[in-house]
Amino acid sequence: MVEYTEKIREIAAQLLKQCQVDMVIGFRRGSQVMMNEPCMVKRADAVDSLVWDSHCGINLANYITGRTEKIGIVAKGCDSRNIVTHIVENKIKRDQLVIIGVPCTGMIDKRKVAAMAGAEVLAVGEDGDKITIQTPQGEMFVDKIDVMQQNCSLCVHRNPVIHDFMVAEPVAEQTDIDRYADIRHIEEMSDSDRWNFFEDLLSPCIRCYACRNACPLCYCPTCFVDEAKPQWVDKGQDAIDIRSFHFLRAYHCAGRCTDCGACERACPVGINMRLLTRKLEKDCFAQWQWEAGMSESTRPALDVYRPDDPQDFIR
Amino acid sequence: MKTIKIDKTQWAAGLDRLRESYRLIGPAPEKNYHVFKSLETGQKPDLNCQNTRLSPKALVFPQSEPMMTFTLDEKQPDHHIMKAVATDDAPRAVLGIRPCDAKALKLVHLNFDTPEYKDPYWLVPYLATTFVGLACDQPCSACFCTSTDCGPYHETGLDVLLSDGGDHFVAKVLTEKGESLLTAGGWTQAIDAPDIWSIRRQAAEAAIVTHLETDRLGQIDLLALHGADFWEDIAFACINCGACTYVCPTCWCFDIQDQVHGTAGKRMRQWDSCMFPIFTVHTTGHNPRDSKTQRVRQRFMHKLKYFVEKYDQGIMCVGCGRCVRYCPVNIDIRKVCGLMNSFGSDQSCDMQA
Repeated sequence: MVEYTEKIREIAAQLLKQCQVDMVIGFRRGSQVMMNEPCMVKRADAVDSLVWDSHCGINLANYITGRTEKIGIVAKGCDSRNIVTHIVENKIKRDQLVIIGVPCTGMIDKRKVAAMAGAEVLAVGEDGDKITIQTPQGEMFVDKIDVMQQNCSLCVHRNPVIHDFMVAEPVAEQTDIDRYADIRHIEEMSDSDRWNFFEDLLSPCIRCYACRNACPLCYCPTCFVDEAKPQWVDKGQDAIDIRSFHFLRAYHCAGRCTDCGACERACPVGINMRLLTRKLEKDCFAQWQWEAGMSESTRPALDVYRPDDPQDFIR
Repeated sequence: MKTIKIDKTQWAAGLDRLRESYRLIGPAPEKNYHVFKSLETGQKPDLNCQNTRLSPKALVFPQSEPMMTFTLDEKQPDHHIMKAVATDDAPRAVLGIRPCDAKALKLVHLNFDTPEYKDPYWLVPYLATTFVGLACDQPCSACFCTSTDCGPYHETGLDVLLSDGGDHFVAKVLTEKGESLLTAGGWTQAIDAPDIWSIRRQAAEAAIVTHLETDRLGQIDLLALHGADFWEDIAFACINCGACTYVCPTCWCFDIQDQVHGTAGKRMRQWDSCMFPIFTVHTTGHNPRDSKTQRVRQRFMHKLKYFVEKYDQGIMCVGCGRCVRYCPVNIDIRKVCGLMNSFGSDQSCDMQA
């Protein structure tokens, strides 16, 4: 995907030069290995800071919430679905945006690379599906599929669903993907096993809210955990409060989450809170064949009543 | 200063002897990283980890800590009366703390031990703890401790400094507390090692690859720096989470909240973060730091400018590199420090230039 960089710069320069946008939101090279930094570029002569590679996992739709400028935005498949969600939820207007679509082949999970390297990772290179990991002990070569973020290996919408430009031809979508094997495994647990599983899953949480804040869906002016009048949730490390935060946040994302993986990626202690959001995603699909962010003209699952909605929960 | 040689064959037995007089705390694996934990009987600190994910700050300044208790039950004679929670003054030893983290505790100490206020919740556990440091011979690439008046063999805040010699440790005795601990562990083999510390220190310092300039931070005009044109660009990527604050060994801000369940209440001290909007919101609803850029600026101005001016003890950062490694969007204090330190010295401070 590194070859997209030139095309992104070219389109961004053109948009800025022709004053079609006030800024272009994209990624610039990070200071850390396997990290790029979301950035805005406002001048055509500054587009060379824009980059693209397999370390652009942060969801850029998070950076357009409530903005009033005319914005060019680089968007991979999941970002584009969150842009659609933003448009549907009136957080931005379609005509404010020029969407530079990126056909995505998946983002690298830096934790998987670190675990595989077994030593400090100094540099990571990519050539298509081949990844080179450099450590103080030397170089090692791995297949990208083995170090990809889990949400990317399960992704069935790699191409942007909405765009004004495409930086390359669409990539083939992954088919025959079983998105929910791990969720079914949790569903099949006994109540007490499931309780223990979630307790263990959430035990490292330090309530930094990186998951919430990296999420484009979490734009409430005051999150329920921050509300002080009245205070719904205590602010400390009590396991009940930590669970309340994660479970309620997941429900707030029901029918809206695109499984972009920004939450899990952002977490400094490596919690896979996507296990919560994906259960709700699975249910939304089973109940209403609903996938979030696929169309500007359809109301979200929990936002609309349809006569053919399942009724069998009414007893 | 006295140097003791501890043969590693004597390490486990010594730890068992220490347990008779100390509660032992050290780095231990937790999921796929390390944190400081109480060590069970027979458990040794895992000294092979480069650095713990979370700093050991929480050992003295827990993320959630009860300060007082009270009851709202008016049938009780002492209802609505705040009672202090007992602080733990039992001796404990933290084994394998890195010099950067030990110095960080010393910086945080400035906030909790002042001529006006002596905070018992901090002071009692801090003073009851013996800090046994482990010198850092293989620093991470994000570390920059030699630029923060610290270093891989720095001694501030430590009672003993250990250096790993393969089949043995050498231990530099720095305080009486440290001497007592080594005696309690039965480690008494004093050796004559005039050069060993300086040789190893120089080698370790040479392994630090990142260097910051901080020399101008104190003299730059505060208001001009506050109004610098780079803040919006620095803050753009920030998602205003508390990851940097909560992994930082020197961030000391907290909130005090009452928690009531039924009629039983606790007054809690909880970590807080200047990245959160509610950190500064007034009861009127007005928020003087209402924008992300203001909050990001506050974090860096506090660490690299206000602290420097107020305490004259360098910057409020020890270069542990955690915030650099765990920021979800790669905001890098080293880059920000560079921009701040060179502010006004040239005109090319626009990061996109």
